[in-house]
Amino acid sequence: MNVISLTASRDLDFIARVEKESGQKVSLCYQCGNCTAGCPYTFVYDIPVHQVMRLLQAGQKQTLLSCRSIWLCATCQSCTTRCPNNIDVAHVMDTLRHMARREGQDTEYGVKSFVDSFLESVEKNGRAFEMGLLVSFIMKTGRFWTDVDLAPKILPKGKLSPLPHKVKNPAAIAKIFERFRQEGHK
Amino acid sequence: MSTRLRYAYYPGCSGLGTSKEYDTSTRAVCQALGMELVDIPDWSCCGSSPAHTVDHRLSSALAGRNLALAEMLEDVRAIITPCPSCLTNLKTAAVRIRKPEFAAEVNRLLDKPVRNTLPVKSVLQAIIEDVGVDAVRPKVFKWLTGLKLAPYYGCIMNRPPEIMEFDDHENPVAMDQLMEAVGAEPVAFPLKVECCGASYGVARRDIVQTLSGKLLDMAALNGADAMVTACPLCQMNLDLRQDQINSANKTSHNMPVFYFTQLLGLALGIGEKDLGLSKLCVSPKALLDSLEARAERKAG
Repeated sequence: MNVISLTASRDLDFIARVEKESGQKVSLCYQCGNCTAGCPYTFVYDIPVHQVMRLLQAGQKQTLLSCRSIWLCATCQSCTTRCPNNIDVAHVMDTLRHMARREGQDTEYGVKSFVDSFLESVEKNGRAFEMGLLVSFIMKTGRFWTDVDLAPKILPKGKLSPLPHKVKNPAAIAKIFERFRQEGHK
Repeated sequence: MSTRLRYAYYPGCSGLGTSKEYDTSTRAVCQALGMELVDIPDWSCCGSSPAHTVDHRLSSALAGRNLALAEMLEDVRAIITPCPSCLTNLKTAAVRIRKPEFAAEVNRLLDKPVRNTLPVKSVLQAIIEDVGVDAVRPKVFKWLTGLKLAPYYGCIMNRPPEIMEFDDHENPVAMDQLMEAVGAEPVAFPLKVECCGASYGVARRDIVQTLSGKLLDMAALNGADAMVTACPLCQMNLDLRQDQINSANKTSHNMPVFYFTQLLGLALGIGEKDLGLSKLCVSPKALLDSLEARAERKAG
């Protein structure tokens, strides 16, 4: 059993920031476990979602921002939909991931690389370019054999374009990203 | 609101690529049902899951740009999209932008502010609510009698209910009803809203193999000949990755995974070019060829 010393590690500012950014009242969670019961990802989580909520109440910033679970939540909305206290748990998971990202943590490097490749593709083309983002993911991670077995299945179907379907004015979308970075959101 | 069934259509990025057949069959089915689709001019990516995992203002701005472009179209009653991921992004942005403080932050990122004047619906919802199941039945050209289907909605088409506001969030029935209306037979499928593994196929294939594997197992266990979906990502995980799933889980599924618009289109007499049945990785040919024989047996 993990014993947490609350006098030494309880970060009240962290709790307040998560509550503000997610718009959720963290103290409402009474640990019924409904979120974990319905979560399809518990089998790959290092901390099940009800424990994430409990650790959050205890202000355990470092444990949470370095855990794998926050990167593996797919936002399937099962927890949010079933929470008896109407906590948007998926929003809390998203918020923790935002914070981890801002602090340079990337416990699931593959997942982060996929997200980055996807958004780079959108910033450049205005739309997600499937072939391009796969190549970018492979370059970032060095996983050269990613889905190579799928190529003979999908290429003859003519569904995977070798060129991006750009919007007419990609600069308009690039500007959204640029302004976002300029605002330096914290 | 217009009385015409005229919509601002948001195809979504995958409609240009891996779910081409969903886009073409959607357009053909809508036309057959008297729904007029006007593509949102120069629509861009909604941000999908990657954007909201980075920041909600960025995500809402990427979705919001498309809401703002759709608002410029005349005489449309709603924005509709076939893809649940696009749907959830567009709807979540629209709901969050109702808060003036959040709207101001999002609008600062955009060239043109979002006014939030149009409802956002899935194509499935528009067919059910605006056309109606009863109006589909008389248009059937070929009944899909004897086709047993596991209707799979995916995780976010109906959840969370406060945002998605359509059908039941634990046991949705819209696709079941449409498939029944064209003569097919939906089987019990208790994993209707379970997640397929989402976009982790590339980064963490093990997750998709486990979660989509469960879906295929359950569909087979309940006697389905095929699965029917409304989501490009669910379809891709179940169809394109079916061999990966089979080798990881030591199973031997050979389960066609249709888009509901392909089956609806087949029943409405729409041609192969629009339906794109040959674009599915698990070929449905043998199954569809056997349908007529089944229908005859049932009639006899």
